[in-house]
Amino acid sequence: MEHIRTPKVEQVKLLDRFSNKSVIGTLHLTATHLIFVESNSTSAQEIWILHHHIASVEKLSLTTSGCPLLIQCRNFRLVHFVIPRERDCHDIYSSLLRLLRPVSYDELYAFSYNPKQNDQQREEGWQLIDLAAEFERMGVPCDQWQLTDVNREYKVCETYPRDLYVPITASKPIIVGSSRFRSKGRFPVLTYFYQEKKAAVCRCSQPLSGFSARCLEDEHMLQAISKANHNSRYVYVMDTRPKLNALANRAAGKGYENEDNYSNIRFQFVGIENIHVMRGSLQKLLEVVGTRSLSMTDYLVGLENSGWLRHIKAIMDAAIFLAKAVTVEGASVLVHCSDGWDRTAQVCALGSLLMDPYYRTIKGFMVLIEKDWISFGHKFADRCDQLDPDPKEVSPIFTQFLECVWQLTEQFPQAFEFSEWFLIQIHEHVHSCQFGNFLGNSQRQREVLQLKERTYSLWAHLLSEKQNYLNPVYSPSFAESHPVLEPSTQACHFKFWRNMYHQYDRSMHPRQSILKQVLTFKESNRELEGTVQALKTKLQKFGVSTSPLKPQTPPRERSLPPRPQSLILGAPLLSRKEVQQEEDEEVFGEEAREDAPASTDGERTVEGSSATENGYGELTGSFGSKNEPAVVTLEFGVARMTC
Amino acid sequence: MEFAELIKTPRVDGVVLHRPFMPTVEGTLCLTGHHLILSSRQDNTEELWLLHANIDSTEKRFVGSLGTIIVKCKDLRVIQLDIPGMEECLNIASSIEALSTLDSVSLMYPFFYRPLFEVIEDGWQSFAPEESFRDLESMTDEWRLSEVNKDFSVCPSYPSLLTVPKDIDDESLCKAASFRHGGRFPVLSYYHKKNGMVMMRAAQPLTGTNGRRCKEDEKLINATLCAGKRGYIIDTRTIAVAQQAKARGGGFEQEANYPQWRRIHKAIERSNVLQDSLIKLVEACNDQSHSMDRWLSKLEASNWQSNVKEILTTACLAAQCIDREGASVLVHGTEGTDSTLQVTSLAQIILDPACRTIRGFEALIEREWLQAGHPFHQRCAQSAYSNGKPRSEAPVFLLFLDCVWQILRQFPCSFQFNENLLIMLFEHAYTSQFGTFLGNCVAERGKLQLSQKTVSLWSWVNRPQELERFLNPLYEPNNLVIWPSVAPQSLLLWEGVFLRWNRSTKCLDEAYQEMVHIIEYNKELQNKVNSLRRQLAQLETEDKMVADLK
Repeated sequence: MEHIRTPKVEQVKLLDRFSNKSVIGTLHLTATHLIFVESNSTSAQEIWILHHHIASVEKLSLTTSGCPLLIQCRNFRLVHFVIPRERDCHDIYSSLLRLLRPVSYDELYAFSYNPKQNDQQREEGWQLIDLAAEFERMGVPCDQWQLTDVNREYKVCETYPRDLYVPITASKPIIVGSSRFRSKGRFPVLTYFYQEKKAAVCRCSQPLSGFSARCLEDEHMLQAISKANHNSRYVYVMDTRPKLNALANRAAGKGYENEDNYSNIRFQFVGIENIHVMRGSLQKLLEVVGTRSLSMTDYLVGLENSGWLRHIKAIMDAAIFLAKAVTVEGASVLVHCSDGWDRTAQVCALGSLLMDPYYRTIKGFMVLIEKDWISFGHKFADRCDQLDPDPKEVSPIFTQFLECVWQLTEQFPQAFEFSEWFLIQIHEHVHSCQFGNFLGNSQRQREVLQLKERTYSLWAHLLSEKQNYLNPVYSPSFAESHPVLEPSTQACHFKFWRNMYHQYDRSMHPRQSILKQVLTFKESNRELEGTVQALKTKLQKFGVSTSPLKPQTPPRERSLPPRPQSLILGAPLLSRKEVQQEEDEEVFGEEAREDAPASTDGERTVEGSSATENGYGELTGSFGSKNEPAVVTLEFGVARMTC
Repeated sequence: MEFAELIKTPRVDGVVLHRPFMPTVEGTLCLTGHHLILSSRQDNTEELWLLHANIDSTEKRFVGSLGTIIVKCKDLRVIQLDIPGMEECLNIASSIEALSTLDSVSLMYPFFYRPLFEVIEDGWQSFAPEESFRDLESMTDEWRLSEVNKDFSVCPSYPSLLTVPKDIDDESLCKAASFRHGGRFPVLSYYHKKNGMVMMRAAQPLTGTNGRRCKEDEKLINATLCAGKRGYIIDTRTIAVAQQAKARGGGFEQEANYPQWRRIHKAIERSNVLQDSLIKLVEACNDQSHSMDRWLSKLEASNWQSNVKEILTTACLAAQCIDREGASVLVHGTEGTDSTLQVTSLAQIILDPACRTIRGFEALIEREWLQAGHPFHQRCAQSAYSNGKPRSEAPVFLLFLDCVWQILRQFPCSFQFNENLLIMLFEHAYTSQFGTFLGNCVAERGKLQLSQKTVSLWSWVNRPQELERFLNPLYEPNNLVIWPSVAPQSLLLWEGVFLRWNRSTKCLDEAYQEMVHIIEYNKELQNKVNSLRRQLAQLETEDKMVADLK
């Protein structure tokens, strides 16, 4: 608290990012949040901004109405305050500068956050995800793969977890030898096992091959991986970097596998750009979409120039390649990049999600993140700028993964148990530092920090609000008909994720939400089913026998008829049923999932929509326009749960 | 003329049909006067019935004696027919070519089509101007129905009955008409019940280079203003374009002569530019290369989304003037038959909840497009694949439908109809078995005797069996003005039309079905609960009566 000089400023103006609207309110600064409370309004909006979410604070030059303060958040919120007195502004500014740069882990919100749970509940929360059980689910250990204790003390690789799975033929000397030949000691280990074909997805970092170095143990290691799979004679080695980057690494004594030295490998570059390119790309994207009165041309050109969707597609293409190699060819695949914790995590996680329907459920998705991202040492602290920032280390690698999943939910609306709000909420908390899961860079560091004893798990929290994140049209039977997802990679299917990057820019969202509506119907269906049961019980007391309730699954044809042709105009021989098929075109697509379900802060109905907030044109001040009703920000659950 | 003369080879066996995302079909190809039919000998296999009029262009290729015809349709579909035999293939190709480019309207399929359904309500009679005037009369007595254009001599593209200010006599109307392009003098388009403001539409005034004026025109539009009120003239052209129009005898309203009006210029593209935009867009959508950058630049270069944004913005502006500023509005561009109608009809969808019902939307299209004289026959003669030099083709109506779709997406619960209705209208505007979209204006339709010789699209759509698939299960009527967002991030590509044939929609269709099912199940449960409650209440009263008797 010693950093807060001015805890409260009144008469602060909050400017809307895209229109000329503004509201007046009071700004509060607490140890954890910056809070804006709108005054003089019946439905006063509150904005809670966690200090950890703040990426940058900027004090702009003084204007007649006061001192502007621009705050940019990692969850893509951008707020623009105007504070009447410069001194207040400066106090808030300098306090924030200090508060948003915590110097030690102890200062992070997770260590002070208390959701009023006892120790047992906290412990249960941490036990929700059990990776040993997950490998068991995949069918590991088995006759070809075993658990090794070589990294029990983090001696071989300190950024890997303690428990690692390797081929049974990979002896300890081979493992240790191989780890010495790999960047940061990250030797090839199992991350996903495709039981049906006994094919494995393994991950590692780049070999220290330089121009000519080789390592027999490493070659043995790959041989062992190859031998563990009888279905295929070769192993794919996917280097997820562009070839040029890999070549450049050779000069530094690193590089990629030489096909001549490794028997039976098929080497492949994939061409996903590095963290610096990704960081720059997102920055460009945000600049473009943050422009006021953006024209369609500038938007599309900017979207293209940012390269963002191209990168998303590159990751998706790589994951599809991986999934095809494993499921179609039955080949094992070894994935690496440079250090094997960014692109490798993206490709392994997304590839597994394409292959295994379990990862498309709420629980399974948590397991996937826990496995491929948290346990294998994606450097969340560095990439998400949690502490002691090195701007060169920050990069939206995990955000890209979430976006890839979102792109898939758009193509397969029934495949995922969760809606996009689940993804957005996870993104929110990767940066919030409110829960322990994503703190630190590796499992070892997390143990040192005693996170399980001192903080709470996000997964327990998300599961407790599960109903908010459900996808109402999710169909578990979809997994049976589509165990492996085969998304289209046509460029036109990659779309801008408005609800992520404009989450807080309410004026851009649809004013009514199909997702919310359908969720409400589903909830209502559940209640009505209960009511029907209760009424029947009562009726039975009167001696009336009632027929059992019809099951919800309709006797409807599950598989639709083949794609209908349209405009068979006037075909006299057509039966009516066929004509019916003609026009059955999609309306679901992206509309399906537009809005936060059951957002607590006011209904986002049509009443909220207004002409002026959209800024159609040059009417301002002409005949004196009327005031618009207060606008409620879209803050799905954030304010509620952080207080 | 006999169609038979044009059909050299009426039938070929062993033809293979390729369509994207569908299994190939082998069968017999037949040509009739209006259809291309492909029928396989197996049962349960789909047949292809394609109207020749739906064919936009064809290409032929030969590999040995196997010929291939690629048929590109006005609904943007592309199919491929493999025809064994060079001569057969050439004959078929030339027949298709001839049959799909017949010039005479009276040879079109609607004149030959006989419905297999019973016409319960004749769509030709469904939306009489008198009827909408009766609605207007119940709200205000400021307007009258004029028969000045009874014989279409004052304005050939207007209908015979027009709603005009009560205080303006027919003689003044004639004078005002002579001052407006094509005789399209200002008429009522929409009356906003909430505040009594109106939207009118017209064509450009013929001020010319020397600033001609017309007292009757000024009086006519001033008559629509309340005392002391001002109004807005929304010119759909940029000021530069409007200036240029002066040289050709057109122009815009001078402030000095219309002091009570404020002019706003917007930039909706002219029709030939729009046609080019459509062609480029469809080309981008059909590009099978999977490069991200190419897609985005091609999408951008087509300018289609910019056109959508501009039209929608102008419509929102008109609606804003009326609803928020409490001012009346006059909309015009050059001819008043294209961008003007886009703006007036979209503004009504934003302002008037009635236009968001199926019936109301049909009435809107009838009123603001068909009777208002949008030249459908010219605009929809060719679509995106046409090889020929475009004459007056332009996707003006398709852009309007796209804009409606954008609003529908943003307010998915405010429309009684769903996307299917919009796609259906797009298809029928370009080619149809119904007569509704034939001709360019009311006068032409009268001459063609469409209402006697053809079936109206509305006769078919409004049958309960057909209506079902156009209903939006999420519809909850609301009486509010709906303001869409026009930010580029909020406007999407209309995949239902432009990517329709380039993707598999199975997953999306199934998800939609699931949503429909959830909503239907809800209704079912509610009925069940109600009937159980009634039953219970009845039993309880009976029980009580028995107890009382005891």
